[in-house]
Amino acid sequence: MANGVLILAEVVDGAVSPVTAELVAAATGLGAGPVSAMVIGSGVEGAAANVAGVEKTYVVDDAALAQYTTDGYTTAAQAVAAKADPAIILLAQSDAGRDLGPALAYRLNTAIAMDTIGLEMKDGKLHTTRPTYGGNARAVNGFTSEPAIATVRPKTFEPAAGGSAGAVEKVDVDLSGIRTKVLSRDVAAAEGVRLEDANFVVSGGRGMGGPENFDVIEQLAGALGGAVGCSRAVADLGWRPVAEQVGLTGKVVSPNVYIAVAISGASQHMAGCSGSKNIIAINKDADANIFKSARFGIVGDYKTILPPLIEAIKKEKAAG
Amino acid sequence: MHIVVCVKQVPDWDIPPSSFKVDEGAKKVVPPPGVAPVTSQFDAIAAEAAMKIKDAGGDTKVTIMSMGPATARETIKQGLAMGGDEGVLISDDAFNDIDSTAAALVLATAIKKLGDVDLVLTGRQAVDWDTGVTGTLIAEMIGGPVVTFAKAVSVADGKVTVERVLPDATEKVEATLPAVVTVSNELGEPRYPKLPQIMAAGKKQVTTWTAADLGIDAAALAPKLTLEQLFVPVVDTKVEIIEGETPEEQAANLAKRMKEAKLI
Repeated sequence: MANGVLILAEVVDGAVSPVTAELVAAATGLGAGPVSAMVIGSGVEGAAANVAGVEKTYVVDDAALAQYTTDGYTTAAQAVAAKADPAIILLAQSDAGRDLGPALAYRLNTAIAMDTIGLEMKDGKLHTTRPTYGGNARAVNGFTSEPAIATVRPKTFEPAAGGSAGAVEKVDVDLSGIRTKVLSRDVAAAEGVRLEDANFVVSGGRGMGGPENFDVIEQLAGALGGAVGCSRAVADLGWRPVAEQVGLTGKVVSPNVYIAVAISGASQHMAGCSGSKNIIAINKDADANIFKSARFGIVGDYKTILPPLIEAIKKEKAAG
Repeated sequence: MHIVVCVKQVPDWDIPPSSFKVDEGAKKVVPPPGVAPVTSQFDAIAAEAAMKIKDAGGDTKVTIMSMGPATARETIKQGLAMGGDEGVLISDDAFNDIDSTAAALVLATAIKKLGDVDLVLTGRQAVDWDTGVTGTLIAEMIGGPVVTFAKAVSVADGKVTVERVLPDATEKVEATLPAVVTVSNELGEPRYPKLPQIMAAGKKQVTTWTAADLGIDAAALAPKLTLEQLFVPVVDTKVEIIEGETPEEQAANLAKRMKEAKLI
C-alpha cells in the first residue's frame, strides 16, 4: 500500500539544492509516514549520500541525465515512484519541478497541484493551498487519486535543520526514449547578490520611464547591499534583463525589505513579492495598489525622493 | 505542416485588484459587470508563435482550437484574424468546471481527431488558474515530447527547435514531431489584426464538437484534483505614509523609520 512522502532532491553543480531542506521540512511536517528522497542526474551518487533528514534516498545516475530533459527526468522519477510507492510526492516549484511535475502526474495516473504555498493533511489526505488568478485568490485542492503530487513554492517552508542522511538505493532506468535534445544552454551571469537570496531587493516599474533611469535603483540597491528587480512590463520592454523580473512569471522573492519604486502593484507583481517581510512603496499615485501591502510608503516622484534617500540611508548606516 | 494552437477564454485579468471578486459558495470568480472575457494572454502569444512559423514560409496550416462556452468562439476568431486558417470550438456542458487532466483529455482527443497534427502550441499557463500543466498533459496524451517556456519556435526537417527562457538561463532545445510547445511572454506581443483580416476571419470555418462527437463520456472527466475552497486572501498590512515638507525631508524620515524598525 502506498505510504510515506517522496521528495525530489535536485542537484545543482554537484550539490543538493538549498530548497531540498525546505521540502524535507514540508514532508516531515505532514506526519504522513516516512520521508524518502530521489536524486536524478549524472555523477550524482555522491550528492545522493548527502540528502539530510530522510530515511532513504533513491538515486538514478545515468550519463543520459547529464542535462535536464523532461523525458529523461520524468522517466527516472516515474521509475523511482513505482519502486517507493509513496502516498505523496513533493517537488520544488523550480525549473525542473514545474516542468516534469505534470508529466509525472500523468504517468502515475494521478494529479498535481502546482506552486503550492500550504500543505495540510485532512482525514489522512493531502490538501494544498495555492495562489491563483494572478495571485488575486487562493485555491484549496484535494485529490481523488494517489499519489498526491504537489510542487512547493521556494521559501514557503523554513528549511529542515540537518538530520542524518538515509541509505542510498540505486535505481536503474531505461532512458533510451528521450525525444528532446538540449543544443545549448546559457546561464545568465549573475552580478552581485542573487535576487532570490538577497535581504534587500529594490525593484523598478514602468513608472521609471526608461532604462536610463534605473541608475538610482542600482545605487539604492548598492547602498543596501541588495539586488535589483523589476516588473514584468519593464522586462517585456527590454529595459532590464528577464532574470531580474519579479512576479508570477518571473522570480518569487521574499527578502526582509522589498522596495517597490514606481510599481503600481498589479496582482501579477505581488505574486512575486508578497512574501517579503517588509514592503516599502514609493509611488506618485497615492491610490496605487502597492500601498495596500506596504509597511512604509512615500507618495512622491522617485526622481526627487531616491537621490536623497540613498544619501540618508548611507548616513543612517554609517551612524551604526 | 499542421499546427494547432490551443487557446482559452478567461475572465479579463487586467482589472484592478479591488474589483476582483469571488463567490466562495460557488467557488467561482465573479467578473465585474460589463467586463467581457478575453483570450488568455499567453495563448494569444502562442498564436503569434504559430503565425511566425507560417510567415517563415512552407505549406503551413494553423488551426485555432478552444474548449469553452459558446462565447469562446470570439477567442477563436481572434486567432483566425491573426492568420489562423480554421477553428475548432469544443463546447459541452459536460466540460464545465472539469480539472486540468480532463481538460487536456478533451483537447488531446480533439487533436487526435484532426489526425494530421505536427505541432501543438499553447500558452505557458492560463491566466485564470495559473497551473501551467495542460500543455504537458496534452503532450503525454498524444504521445509526443513537450518543451515548455518558449521565447522562439522554429520548425525544420521534421523537428522543432525551441529557445526556452528560464529564470537564470536560456536553453536551445530540439524535439521530434509531433510535439507540444508552451509559449512564454518573452516571445513578443501578439500581432494586431487589421480590419480586413477581422472581416475575413468571420468567413473562416469554425467546427463545433461536443463530448459525443469526441466519444468522451462523463466518467472520463471525473476530477483527480478537486477544488475544495476558493477565496480572496486578506491583506492586513497598514501602511505608514512618510510625510515631509520636501522630498529630502521625506527621504530622511523614511531612512530614520527604517533604522528605528531595525530594517537597516
